[in-house]
Amino acid sequence: MNAKAPATPTRRDRGSARAVRRPGDLFFSGASVGSAVLILLILAGVALFLVVEAIPALTAPTEEISGGRGFWSYVAPLVFGTVVASLIAMVLATPIAVGIALFVSHYAPRRLGKSIGFVIDLLAAVPSVVFGMWGMAVFAPRLVPLFDWLEKYLGFVPLFADASSTGRTLLTASIVLAVMILPIITSVSREVFLQTPRLHEEAALALGATQWEMIRTAVLPFGMPGVIGGTMLGLGRALGETMAVAIILAPGVFTWNLIGNGNSTIPAEIALNFPEAAGLRLSELIAAGLVLFVITLGVNLFARWIVDRRAEFSGAN
Amino acid sequence: MSTPTQTPASPPSGGDIHHSRLDDVSGIVPSQVHPAGRRPALVIAGASAVVALVLWLGLGLHVAAALLLSFVLYLGAIYVTYRRIGGARVAVDHLVRSLVYFAFVCAVVPLASVLWTVIGQGAGRAFDPDFLSQTMNGVTGLNDQQYAEGSAGFVGGAYHAIMGTLLITGLATLISVPIGMFTAIYLVEYGAGGRLGRGIRFLVDVMTGIPSIVAGLFAFALFTQIFGIRDAKMGLAGAVALSVLMIPTVVRNSEEMLRIVPNELREAALALGVPKWRTIAKVVLPTAASGLASGVTLAIARVIGETAPLLVAIGYARGLNWNPFDGPMNTLAVYAYFMFTKPLSPAVREPSLERAWAAALLLVLLVIALNLLARLIATLFAPKTGR
Repeated sequence: MNAKAPATPTRRDRGSARAVRRPGDLFFSGASVGSAVLILLILAGVALFLVVEAIPALTAPTEEISGGRGFWSYVAPLVFGTVVASLIAMVLATPIAVGIALFVSHYAPRRLGKSIGFVIDLLAAVPSVVFGMWGMAVFAPRLVPLFDWLEKYLGFVPLFADASSTGRTLLTASIVLAVMILPIITSVSREVFLQTPRLHEEAALALGATQWEMIRTAVLPFGMPGVIGGTMLGLGRALGETMAVAIILAPGVFTWNLIGNGNSTIPAEIALNFPEAAGLRLSELIAAGLVLFVITLGVNLFARWIVDRRAEFSGAN
Repeated sequence: MSTPTQTPASPPSGGDIHHSRLDDVSGIVPSQVHPAGRRPALVIAGASAVVALVLWLGLGLHVAAALLLSFVLYLGAIYVTYRRIGGARVAVDHLVRSLVYFAFVCAVVPLASVLWTVIGQGAGRAFDPDFLSQTMNGVTGLNDQQYAEGSAGFVGGAYHAIMGTLLITGLATLISVPIGMFTAIYLVEYGAGGRLGRGIRFLVDVMTGIPSIVAGLFAFALFTQIFGIRDAKMGLAGAVALSVLMIPTVVRNSEEMLRIVPNELREAALALGVPKWRTIAKVVLPTAASGLASGVTLAIARVIGETAPLLVAIGYARGLNWNPFDGPMNTLAVYAYFMFTKPLSPAVREPSLERAWAAALLLVLLVIALNLLARLIATLFAPKTGR
């Protein structure tokens, strides 16, 4: 008991002795904290500089903005195009990505699974400009018969009113976007599917479940938050994807028609007009970029929240 | 090890476990697949392939429509057949299996088509030494027209774009790797569990989601504020834009690698009185070196094909520009984009398209090579863990 009294000061002494200022330690902790804070500054900088450059467009008289009806009426159809194209891509890609993830995690032979993972990674590695070139030169012409067919039999739906003769439409861009976001949804889903507790799976099989029943009762409920999170990440990627849309889409004014010419997305609008833009037009495009930034930020925060929420309870399993 | 001896007290009456014939069910559980279980599926697959051929060649249907139609028929036949053999549950199981395989094919077809197109269109020009050593300086639509008429040779190449790609990506790597690496060190070694640490990890996640074109706009806005609007377009701006995209990837990959370095190594070093910085520099980093290197390589592969931010931040140069601090530059991706969408001669597009596809092929090869390199580093130089 007596030893307690002198013990505290010695520990304190030792504490201060350890805090000898070694240059190496100072450099390492300084550089580490500095880099971490720098990331904070970069993010703040992204928001700040975009806002500064966007202010002229946000405050300009309505008739000076392209279209002559103010910034928000200028950007609204672009937001519509961006969101619709990304949502279609997400809806198309999610079931296929989940299927591939299941294929890799539960259907394919173990050894094959690795090389299949590599193939999917390869899909993620193809630069978007290449996807765009492929989409316009190879894929879009192939879709023209489909669009004609849609117009013929579903033409009464406003979405399929007037088929384009080139195939360079919002729907084409959406399908290519779907291919491009497949890898990210697949990899996140595969990751959570592989984490399914082995005992859950074996219990299901031991009860006589077929493989699909095992997946439905053990794997999917466990992996669902991960799949949703991956899907949202894919949506975020699709929202910001530029080159594929910029090359494939023949941009135009707002229309409900998905298989005809028209519509555009924010990134495509920026990429197509930025090289020649000056003055207020430049500011307009940057303001549109700011809107895109805010939308993707929201989607990504939501995705992270879902994925992290899952991480909290998965440890207990 | 907990063995699955704890069978549930209640019989498996709940759910949809009906009194189907158990023998048939066990025949298709993956752990004990009997070839007989797959045979009907193979027969049906063969039959539907024949149907597809008939629909395509016999009835003149579009090839995609014929394949899709025969796949639907295949699904129907699978369901009906297995329902008769093994009951509804087995039928559904086989239906889902077919759909899962189909999903995989759905991903492979576009990939194969993209690679096929790029190689087919680009291979003719991409390995031409002239193409690799010339720039677009002084090349105009007239040259292309003469080439198309056969009165002159093919001129113009991607030398400046290749060098620009290497320079800008190299600069971006120089900026991102120290920042990303030290941030990862902070997250793992210094700020683990702290509030700043959690906040930074969250921000890195947010940063991963920044659209590439927004990164370009940021770099442009930043350099406009510093250098004025006339001189804002330079290689360094592109490198900064790419860094914004690259840093989060480097941080995430490095953090993962540092985290799997066994704690015993750190504790052993610290217990011997080694200062913390030396522990990190001499013990932690070398142990994780292969993982770090492969992570950085993957991060490079991710940004080397970026077009949008460079389009915005570095402009478009026709000639070679070695100086990333002054004037527009060019990269393979931007080069391919401009050659593809704005051919030199609108009347004779072919030569420009050839250049675009050649640049695209070079880019794809570069990215694939980087990916393979990353895998190679990760496997060859992996630390020998365990005893």
